[in-house]
Amino acid sequence: MKKLILKISLAFLFVSSQILAQQTPGLTQSESILITGVTAHIGNGTVIENAAIGFDNGKISFVGTAATANQNDFNQVINAEDKHVYPGFIASNTTSGLVEVDAVRASSDIDETGSMLPHIRSIIAYNAESKVTESLRPNGILMGQVTPRGGTISGTSSIVQFDAWNWEDAAMKVDDGIHMNWPSAIRNGRTWMGEESGPTHDKSYNENLTKLKTYFNEARAYLQGDQTPRNLPYESMKGLFDGSQGFFVHAGGVKEITDAVNFCKEMGISRLIIVHGNNAHLVADLLVKNNIPVIIDRSHSLPSHNDEDVNFPYKRAGVLTDLGITVAIGIEGQMERMQSRNLPFYAGTCAAHGMDKEDALKLITSNAAKILGIDDVVGTLEVGKHATLFVSEGDALDMRTNNLSHAFIQGRKLSLETHQTKLWKRYMNKYENQD
Amino acid sequence: MKKLLLGCLFIFIITSIKAQDYFPTNTSVKTINNSITVFTNATIHTDPSNFITNGTLIIQNEKIISVGKNLDIPKNAIVIDLNGKHIYPSFIDLYSNFGIAKSKRPSSSSRRPQYDATRKGYYWNDHILTDQRGFEDYKFDAKKAKELHAAGFGVVSSHQRDGIMRGTGIIAALTPNNGVLETDATQHLSFSKSVKSRQGYPYSVMGSMALIRQAYFDADWYAGGHSKTKDLALEALNSNKSLPIIFEGNSLDNTLRAAKIGKEFGLTYTIKGSGFEYEAIEEIKASGANFIVPINFPKPYDVSNPEMAALLNLQDMRQWNQAPSNLKVLAENDVQFALTTADLKSIKSFKSNLLKAIEYGLDKEKALAALTTVPAEILGKSNEIGSLKSGSYANFLITSDEIFEKKTILYENWVQGAKNVITNKELVDIRGNYELALDGKKYTLNISGELSKLKSELKLDSLKIASSINYKDGWINLLFNPLNESKTEFVRLTAAAPDNSALKGEGTLANGSATSWTATKIDGNKDKKKDSKKSQESPIVKPLTYPNVAYGFTNKPTQQTTLYKNATVWTNESEGILQNTDVLVKDGKISKIGQGLKASGATVVDATGKHLTSGVIDEHSHIAASSINEGGHNSTAEVTIEDVIDPDDIGIYRTLSGGVTTIQILHGSANPIGGRSALIKLKWGESANGLLYKDRPKFIKFALGENVKQSRSTTSYRFPQTRMGVEQLYIDYFQRAKEYDALKKSGKPYRKDLELETLAEILNKERFISCHSYVQSEINMLMKVAEKFDFNINTFTHILEGYKVADKMKEHGVGGSTFSDWWAYKYEVNDAIPYNGAIMHSQGVTVAFNSDDGEMIRRLNQEAAKAVKYGGVSEEEAWKFVTLNPAKLLHIDDKVGSVKVGKDADLVLWNGHPMSIYTKAEQTMIEGVVYYDSERDLQLINDVKTERNELINMMLKEKNKGMKTQLPKKKVKELLHCDSLDKQI
Repeated sequence: MKKLILKISLAFLFVSSQILAQQTPGLTQSESILITGVTAHIGNGTVIENAAIGFDNGKISFVGTAATANQNDFNQVINAEDKHVYPGFIASNTTSGLVEVDAVRASSDIDETGSMLPHIRSIIAYNAESKVTESLRPNGILMGQVTPRGGTISGTSSIVQFDAWNWEDAAMKVDDGIHMNWPSAIRNGRTWMGEESGPTHDKSYNENLTKLKTYFNEARAYLQGDQTPRNLPYESMKGLFDGSQGFFVHAGGVKEITDAVNFCKEMGISRLIIVHGNNAHLVADLLVKNNIPVIIDRSHSLPSHNDEDVNFPYKRAGVLTDLGITVAIGIEGQMERMQSRNLPFYAGTCAAHGMDKEDALKLITSNAAKILGIDDVVGTLEVGKHATLFVSEGDALDMRTNNLSHAFIQGRKLSLETHQTKLWKRYMNKYENQD
Repeated sequence: MKKLLLGCLFIFIITSIKAQDYFPTNTSVKTINNSITVFTNATIHTDPSNFITNGTLIIQNEKIISVGKNLDIPKNAIVIDLNGKHIYPSFIDLYSNFGIAKSKRPSSSSRRPQYDATRKGYYWNDHILTDQRGFEDYKFDAKKAKELHAAGFGVVSSHQRDGIMRGTGIIAALTPNNGVLETDATQHLSFSKSVKSRQGYPYSVMGSMALIRQAYFDADWYAGGHSKTKDLALEALNSNKSLPIIFEGNSLDNTLRAAKIGKEFGLTYTIKGSGFEYEAIEEIKASGANFIVPINFPKPYDVSNPEMAALLNLQDMRQWNQAPSNLKVLAENDVQFALTTADLKSIKSFKSNLLKAIEYGLDKEKALAALTTVPAEILGKSNEIGSLKSGSYANFLITSDEIFEKKTILYENWVQGAKNVITNKELVDIRGNYELALDGKKYTLNISGELSKLKSELKLDSLKIASSINYKDGWINLLFNPLNESKTEFVRLTAAAPDNSALKGEGTLANGSATSWTATKIDGNKDKKKDSKKSQESPIVKPLTYPNVAYGFTNKPTQQTTLYKNATVWTNESEGILQNTDVLVKDGKISKIGQGLKASGATVVDATGKHLTSGVIDEHSHIAASSINEGGHNSTAEVTIEDVIDPDDIGIYRTLSGGVTTIQILHGSANPIGGRSALIKLKWGESANGLLYKDRPKFIKFALGENVKQSRSTTSYRFPQTRMGVEQLYIDYFQRAKEYDALKKSGKPYRKDLELETLAEILNKERFISCHSYVQSEINMLMKVAEKFDFNINTFTHILEGYKVADKMKEHGVGGSTFSDWWAYKYEVNDAIPYNGAIMHSQGVTVAFNSDDGEMIRRLNQEAAKAVKYGGVSEEEAWKFVTLNPAKLLHIDDKVGSVKVGKDADLVLWNGHPMSIYTKAEQTMIEGVVYYDSERDLQLINDVKTERNELINMMLKEKNKGMKTQLPKKKVKELLHCDSLDKQI
């Protein structure tokens, strides 16, 4: 059965897609599998040509050259000559599963009312059966950090894998981090209020900062006391102070980033991650010295300024990496749910503009795993880690060749069908067989 | 015509003199003052180019009797000797709102859109206020008049600045008595809606433009007596037809747009500009319009904070640097322009800004003409105002020196024969440096500034002491808080009627004891020396680029003969993909394709290992336009994107960097029948007109589905609200267009309707529809409507469910321009699939991938690869999705879309496989001109950095200069404030 699926036959696939409910999660791995003859992109910068990757019980059990692998140790061997194997890609700072259709308000669970919402948790709203998330898997995106938006403290994110019956099963790391939109020091003149157009200092910036400090100090004090009466928001911030949670500060400017770094030092928050970081390259020394990583925006975006190098968004990851910063690519932006499936190509673009291809791959594998604190289980093809990986016919960072033949999450074989492939086959069948 | 005007004027004058005759008097006996005033020994500047030394000017009542040399002085005259002084005609401001309070927005809490006009018996659009009369709102404003007098103005043309067609303006002399010279002197237009009405249409500049055109047509038709109903607005438009037309442009783009309408209707507009006309001087010159130019030059930006400075655009910084040279450029190009105080925050800055323009090279004679003879001529009043001659109004200025000198003092501004004193001309000029001996101490005192508002700087040794000076009616009051006095008590000094060398007077010391004092003038020439030093430093003006923004060309690029050697050439023709092939470009065309080509004088590009393709074409784009939607009506076929092209959009350059050469800028999807498209080539540096595709086929945007139903609006009640309504709307419009066209062709009189004209073009197969569409039901519907009216839909754009009706599309003959992989952004794209392109293609539909996005547009080459990824289209066919196929859909495949001898040389040189993520465009060429070059781009990145840095430093310098003068001023203010002294001091 499994081998048959490899054969591309539209008619057959059409039939099979009717039999299998495609988004049905895969069965727990019962047989060990070896993918051999493949070019293995480990995700940490190295490539093994003519490699073999074996996995059993959902974990990677072998990584090496095909010659060193004993095929007899495995129940099933997938010959993947001329193909490429990659660790599953990770979408950082995504809202996959929180919104189904952008313009349909009823389908959106992304932005809770209020401004200080550390206790608001994305995981419980995560729709494990989203048709949009399903469409990411055939491009190799197998995990995501599901993140709420809006407000000042937007809420708490969780990391999920994209093959589950429900959010509980999907969860890889619950409540991994708290996301905050740092106040902006500079804003544009409000011409409708009679102000001059153009950038101006936001006079309330310092005041906003003071408010933040008060809030965090109160939270810290609360957590050190007997915690009565209960304060849900403060309680939810515990992980920031004990280092078990990441503090994802969404900020772009030099002043904002610098202030955020100092703020965390003052508050004793050890795991700061800058999200966006449009001007992070201007404060690289500070970030390197304090070991602070950056989740940049999709490289497929426009320069943030008319005068900026038209290719700077493409170059940003390379520039930051060269400066010594650990970088991952986030998804946030216009139409982000559906654009998430282009994550591999965001990395590919970085490789086109100054990065080594394997370094670019790290932006959506090992770096992302490190930043999100899940590098002990995913992010690279290494023995002992989850067998969350896929095989592509060609270079998976290029849309010309990104074409998956197999994908596994924790050893479970994924269906690569989607709502969209079903429609494709349904109508091709109409044209080919019903006219 | 002129005779008639003069005749009218004659009557007006008679009546205004007689007015005094027949007005009853109840306060005294009746007196009529016919006294004559004679000004002698002045240098009289009768007009900008002529002057009389030792001249005589004779006036009586509000008129000049005669002006000349050695005139006989009537015995009953009052003689004023103006020895050494100058007389000039006073200034005219053509673009004023003097005395006319701006209309107010009526308070309304309704958020319900308003589609119809409020006014009955007028035009169908409330923003056509041709019946509005500035005169009716006019009320003499004594305070503002005083400010204008001080700036040298004697006459203004003022109007109500509200509405698109704003009705008439007045000409008023700045005098409270009989000041209105004409009640309906000018007609006014703008692109901005009236605040008095909430009627939604038009929402965009292109809508305003269409509305103006339609109103002109309707006025003509109304004048022919064809209307069954009365329309007071059209009547007013017709009756004011002969008045000079003043159009508020305000921005450079809108200025050129106004000029465009003027040209279309053969009207000479006088356009109120932006002050940035120099950026498009060729077009300004070619427009044939007159201009009214403001002189509110941009202030230097506060760039002391690097992050703030980083947010500024090079364009804004350049404009700060270049704008003061605007008037010079206009004058040198013989553009007819007048000056205005409009846009200035304070009229007081008028003189200093004008002097700045002169410092930047504006000819003084032109400057004076722009304030006198030019506005007079535009108003058709050259015989009455703007120059000094017998019979004209006695509106003139008396000055100390030639008028455009920094030191020059304006003494008097005579309006209609009445004197307004600005600065007492008997007043001694006490400005200079003095040594002040007082109470055993020796201070230095510097007096500077305007005579009417002097500034003092008092120093003891090198220590500055806050002080304040007041000089009025020949009396000086000087006040300061002596140093080291702990108490805030003051030294008060007074002196009367000083002579030129010393100030002598009485005073009170801080302790209250009386004293007398003397300040002796020292080194009175110091200021002059400084002045002359300054004037030697000519200002540095950064050169313009094309366009005048970052990444613009220093010189407009030109066509080159280019030979690409040894490339992999994607022909899009039957030859397929050719290896190791040369392509020769000559005269903007593809001249030869082959191997071992040679051409003398050609720039040879080694394309070994590289790929050469025809330029990418985007069927659906919204870059390079300043408006996209005119959603005020459910049909807006009357508007066109061609009216609102923005040639300075950096998006053009960015898009070139992605190998795109031709785009269709489509109207948005706010309404079922949208506006007409603009088809442009991305010729970076060309004007809006220069960007337009030559001999372009005509297109219009239609739209279906959620957007046109306004399904996400909570207040909309505009028809249609359902897909059912959308169908009926189309049938209704096409039926009406059909009837309209039949009537037009019958030769009978008809009301020219821009909207129906456009729709009739569709019926006559002269214009093609590109229709925004998503779900299969509506796609099918529109094809059926078209078939009913015997035409074809040309393109469905977006067409995300095209795959469901690909067979029907093929049968109808419509193409599909779709997204490669977009979906899930709204309900109607639930079934959108990335296989759409491949499926439609498989059924024989001409398929294109479009961007509809200013970001993705520069990666369309990679989007093509998604047709391979999703659905397995061959690479060669997929490449056509972004080149030849959109060319076909746009009916321009005879000229572009493939690499074929004779076609336009719109080519892209890629450093690798054109559809790979790893590939970059190295050169983008349009008609033989290289508009993007990746090597040059690296150079430009540096140039932009360098120029930004230079300009930032220039601004910092300016700020530091300002600091010196501004900080002490603040100190004085603080002192006065702390002690709650009367601000009169």
